Order: sequence, then C-alpha cells, then structure tokens
Amino acid sequence: MAQTDVQAHTLDLQIPEVTAGEASHAEGQQHPIKVYLVVWGWLFVLSAFSYLVDYFGFEGYLRWFLILTFMILKAGLIVAIFMHMAWERLALAYAILLPPVAVLVFVAIMTVESDYTALTRMVFFGPG
Amino acid sequence: MAETMLTTLEGTATRPGGWRGIVTDWSSDQRAFKNVSWGKAMMWIFLLSDTFIFGCFLLSYMTTRMSTVVPWPDPSSVFALHIGGSDVPLILIAIMTFVLISSSGTMAMAVNFGYRRDRGKTAVLMLATAALGATFVGMQAFEWTKLILEGVRPWGNPWGAEQFGASFFMITGFHGTHVTIGVIFLLIIARKVWRGDFDQGTRGFFTSRRGRYECVEIMGLYWHFVDLVWVFIFAFFYLW
Repeated sequence: MAQTDVQAHTLDLQIPEVTAGEASHAEGQQHPIKVYLVVWGWLFVLSAFSYLVDYFGFEGYLRWFLILTFMILKAGLIVAIFMHMAWERLALAYAILLPPVAVLVFVAIMTVESDYTALTRMVFFGPG
Repeated sequence: MAETMLTTLEGTATRPGGWRGIVTDWSSDQRAFKNVSWGKAMMWIFLLSDTFIFGCFLLSYMTTRMSTVVPWPDPSSVFALHIGGSDVPLILIAIMTFVLISSSGTMAMAVNFGYRRDRGKTAVLMLATAALGATFVGMQAFEWTKLILEGVRPWGNPWGAEQFGASFFMITGFHGTHVTIGVIFLLIIARKVWRGDFDQGTRGFFTSRRGRYECVEIMGLYWHFVDLVWVFIFAFFYLW
C-alpha cells in the first residue's frame, strides 16, 4: 500500500488543494434512483418501438431510419445514464467516445468494397 | 487508501470544464483522468477495445450481406416462433431484448445501493442481474438448438445466402460468451458484497488489493456494455 501512496502523491500534486468541504462529498457516482427507473422505462418503450418496426413490416428507408433512430437513442441512454458517462469529465468521455468514429470510416470503406465485389459477382455469374 | 483519496476527495469544482478542461487535463503531465480511478479507466479502455472487436464482426457481416448476389434469409421469419396457431415474428429475440434491458436496470440499481453501502440490497440486485443474464443465455441456447435442427450451419442454410449462418453463430456466439463471463463476474462480486468485503476493505485473493464499492460500478460498466452491444446486434442483425 505504501507504494501506491507514494505513487498517488507524485502522480497527482493536486491533492493538497482539496478542501475539507469537498472531502465531505459522497463516495462515487450517486444519483437518485428515480433517474434509473425513468431510463429503464424509456429503454423498454424504445425496444418495444423497434420491435413494432418489424411487426408492422415497415420497409425501405423508413425502416432503416426508424431502426437507427431507436438504436442510437437506446445506446445513448445506456452510455450516458447507466454507465454514468454524462457525469464524467469530458477528458474521459472524448477519450472513449471519439475512437469508435474510426469504425464509421471503416464502414464507408467496406461499403465501397462490397459494392465492387457485388458488381464483379453479377458480371461474372450473371447471364451472358 | 491512497486510491480512495484520489477518487473521492478530488472534486471537479476547481477544474475548468469544456474544451479548456480537456486540454488542461491531458496536458498536465500528471494523470489524464482526474477523478476516475485506474480500475475504472482501464475497464473503459477495455470496453473500447471490445467495441472495435464487435464493430469488426458487424462490419464483416455488413460486407458479406452487401456483396452476396443470393438473397439474404429474412430474419423476421427465421426467428419467428409458432405460438397459439400462428407464427409470431421475432418474438424470442424481443423477449431476450427485454430480459437483457431488465438486467441492466437491476445492475444500475445495484451500483446505486452499493454506494449507499446497503450490502443486502446490492447483493440481491446483483443476483437478480445474474439470474436475468443466465435466462438470456438459456434462451440463446434454445435459439441455437432450434436453428441447428432446422439445418443452419456456418457454411449453409435452407433459406438463402450461405454466409447467414457464419455471421449468426459468430456474432451471437461471441456476445453470448460475454454474457456468460458477465454472469460469473457478477456472482463473484455479489459474493464479496454479501460477505461485506467492501465494508471491511478485505484484500482480494488474487490482487491482494483492498476492495471498494467502486468494484460494483466497474462490474456494472461491463454489464451495461454487454447490453449495449445487444442493442446494435438487435438493430443490425435481427431487424435490418
């Protein structure tokens, strides 16, 4: 434990600045239970909506738009409230939430690639 | 002790916010994540790497589905169940989704009661989370059995594009593995909570570090991530 102690003091010189008032702050992430219950309810409603998209058999762009909208809303609620990202400092939020944007670049690349593959397959296997 | 001080005493009130806050936090030649313990930061970084793994699975599924000239099997009817004389589309997957969301809800409450040092409620809610997770895995096993009996294989299926089976088993299998590991992880932490390890600061048998109720929140991060991945699988694989 002594080692961590030294580490803590050398790594973060801000400790002495902490005032007695802050020391009385509650431990960790504390939020009213109601917040979680409300988010829980919304996740149920949004899941029901995305199931209804399939149930009513919406097709085409409307279907994709609805699926993506409900998906993003659900993901946002889980990350922001259940995983407490809304209350973390932005340094952490951006460090975690920005890198996945690279996946979207990958999506764009693979869209072009798979269109090309599909085209060559149609030319090769398609009728004369 | 030192770490508890770092995570609990350091208020954010005296630090700048917004973009200025990001620059000062990252350039301060100390630690970038000011009021977050390394345990929590490392769980987030692990989850980020896991995001890329699942991202690549979904991407390879997208690529095969977009590039095949054979029609893709219709998930709505493939995953339908015959209930009361008619086929209800996708019903099993919908129930699995609700089960997993419920487990996320109980987990969030467990974290909350943990920080309130309510040992009993925290342990019970974590056990409820584990039970819902196990239910999810059980339903997934049922779904796999049903599809395998219907002739779905990684190299072919009766309804269309051969890649359907490979994508399905890879993506849901990897997710199911995550849920299973999560259930085991939950049971271990719930036992520690129940024994009062986090009240007395008992040292862990493997790391020999003192446990804190933050362990419950870190466990929760993993569990919510598993739920989060399911949101994307549900949207892209089952609904698309």
